[in-house]
Amino acid sequence: MRTLRFLLQKEFKQIFRNRSILVMIVVMPVVQLILLPLAANYEVKNINLCVVDRDHSSTSQKLVGKIASSGYFKLTGNRATFKEAFPLMETDEADLILEIPAGFERNLVREDEQKIFVAVNAINGTKANLGGAYLASIIRDYNHDFRVQWIQPSAFNQNPVIDVSSSNWFNPLLNYRMFMVPGILAILVTMIGGFLSALNIVKEKEIGTIEQINVTPLRKHHFILGKLIPFWVLGNVVFTIGLVVSWIFYGIVPVGNLAVLYVFVGVYLLAVLGFGLLVSTFCDTQQQAMFIMYFFMMIFILMGGLFTSIDSMPGWAQMISRFNPVSYLITVMRMVVLKGSDLHDVRMHLGMVALFAVVLNGWAVLNYKKTS
Amino acid sequence: MATPVIQTDKLTKRFGDFVATNEITFDVQPGEIFGFLGANGAGKTTAMRMLCGLSIPSAGQARVAGFDVYKQTEQIKRNIGYMSQKFSLYEDLTVLENINFFGGIYGLSNADIKTKSEALIGRLGLQGEAKKLVGSLPLGWKQKLSFSVGILHQPKIVFLDEPTGGVDPVTRRQFWNLIYEAAHEGITIFVTTHYMDEAEYCNRISIMVDGKIQALDTPQALKQKFNAASMDDVFYQLARGAKRSE
Ligand SMILES: Nc1ncnc2c1ncn2[C@@H]1O[C@H](COP(=O)(O)OP(=O)(O)OP(=O)(O)O)[C@@H](O)[C@H]1O
Ligand SMILES: [Mg+2]
Repeated sequence: MRTLRFLLQKEFKQIFRNRSILVMIVVMPVVQLILLPLAANYEVKNINLCVVDRDHSSTSQKLVGKIASSGYFKLTGNRATFKEAFPLMETDEADLILEIPAGFERNLVREDEQKIFVAVNAINGTKANLGGAYLASIIRDYNHDFRVQWIQPSAFNQNPVIDVSSSNWFNPLLNYRMFMVPGILAILVTMIGGFLSALNIVKEKEIGTIEQINVTPLRKHHFILGKLIPFWVLGNVVFTIGLVVSWIFYGIVPVGNLAVLYVFVGVYLLAVLGFGLLVSTFCDTQQQAMFIMYFFMMIFILMGGLFTSIDSMPGWAQMISRFNPVSYLITVMRMVVLKGSDLHDVRMHLGMVALFAVVLNGWAVLNYKKTS
Repeated sequence: MATPVIQTDKLTKRFGDFVATNEITFDVQPGEIFGFLGANGAGKTTAMRMLCGLSIPSAGQARVAGFDVYKQTEQIKRNIGYMSQKFSLYEDLTVLENINFFGGIYGLSNADIKTKSEALIGRLGLQGEAKKLVGSLPLGWKQKLSFSVGILHQPKIVFLDEPTGGVDPVTRRQFWNLIYEAAHEGITIFVTTHYMDEAEYCNRISIMVDGKIQALDTPQALKQKFNAASMDDVFYQLARGAKRSE
């Protein structure tokens, strides 16, 4: 325990003397959180919607009115049947077709349940899919008991493939930034934690100081803990700065409990730092460590569900994302920030991330060799 | 004769097909200043790292401070000091912080660390530099500091890998005074050097050529044996045939 104190003292002194680290943990979150959500704005307006209202009831008209007034859709005419509407899609005049079946109002009143059909034009996929998601959230907002069934007229996909990302339901303003910012913050925490820890031990190898450490009776797990704890603290600082920036610039205040976020991020950081430390035990130079981290970070981030919903990925990719810690953080961030999920809701995610933390750090301790 | 503090028997290290250290056998007695000589690439650092528990031998046996170099590397580490060929204190920490850190890692008490660092700074005349970053010190001072930190925990043996490489003659003399002081306190010194005047300061020396120990004796006896006027001459006669020397 006393040894650990000396290690921590040393590590913190080195961090506070290193300007670039301080700049990185303060400036990076601020700049990225301000710039990226603006650039990565997927918000789509003027989605061409064709409505096939076969019910002609006041309920169906109210629904159409609500959709029209949302500001995201442009109604490109009504058609009496789906058959008549379909050519509009073929000529790209419609991105979405919404079919309200006959008996809509009646069934809704009587059975409290009614299906609605939405067809999505797969040619301009992003626009239509987003439109679909918006539509779903409006409909859900309109009546929670609606069950929306999606059909996508595509030769490649027989099954309905669009699953509306849950976050959108709870992002009633359909503000894309609300959706992006927590995700970007998740990535920031990951990048800074991962790279700092991966490069640190390797740097000691490069400059030779690790030799002086390895020739002492220092225990391996003390050494790893001595690296883990300072970066864990830094990671929490970055996260906190990020939360403050999202509050100041975007007015995002987590719907859920902040404590839940910190508990999750605390465990998550252990996993990411463990990964960084593991990489650094394998590498001899900072360059190697950098490349390896980049390789994994790219995969983690691109497959983490920030830009593309994991649910719409092919099965093998979904399989991979189960081993991707980033995807858990992005999901949980959105769950807690947008939906207000509590610790019980995220327990599975927390369990997985804790497992990663134990495995990765254990592996790092094993793989760190004081004697080669 | 007391039990040797270092005993090796055909100690060997291979890197792939290349035999860096080839079946070296020797003993070092407690309190001795043992010079470990050899041309560049002879295998000195490689041998020393095995003795320090930093590298597992490929073959042969060795015991350091009574502990086995294969199985008891961590016990060895408790009993030795090591100053690597490459300067390896933390340049972004001050003199005092480095002393504190390594003292702490070796488990010295706070009081111990305090008295020792004061004594150390006094001995090296670093009063004005105690709070300066180590990176800003001249090489000679760094090396003296590095040695002093290496023996802070009063090890049985200290391994010094070319401690005076690139250091000016005056500082080299001061450095050897530090070595003598440590030897006087009973610490066994195992030192490599390329300076033949320093070789003369040793009780015994070994000369390695291409991974093998070609000669081992007191400087006096070696000069006689090779019919040489100086250690320079002895070294030259032996190392001339070396193939690895760059
Ligand atoms: N990890 C390694 N892998 C492969 N070869 C190595 C390794 N370490 C050392 N060698 C080789 O082993 C030989 C002996 O190296 P060593 O560093 O022990 O020599 P040295 O006697 O200390 O030389 P110098 O006086 O230059 O410090 C050299 O040819 C070196 O290239
Ligand atoms: Mg060497």
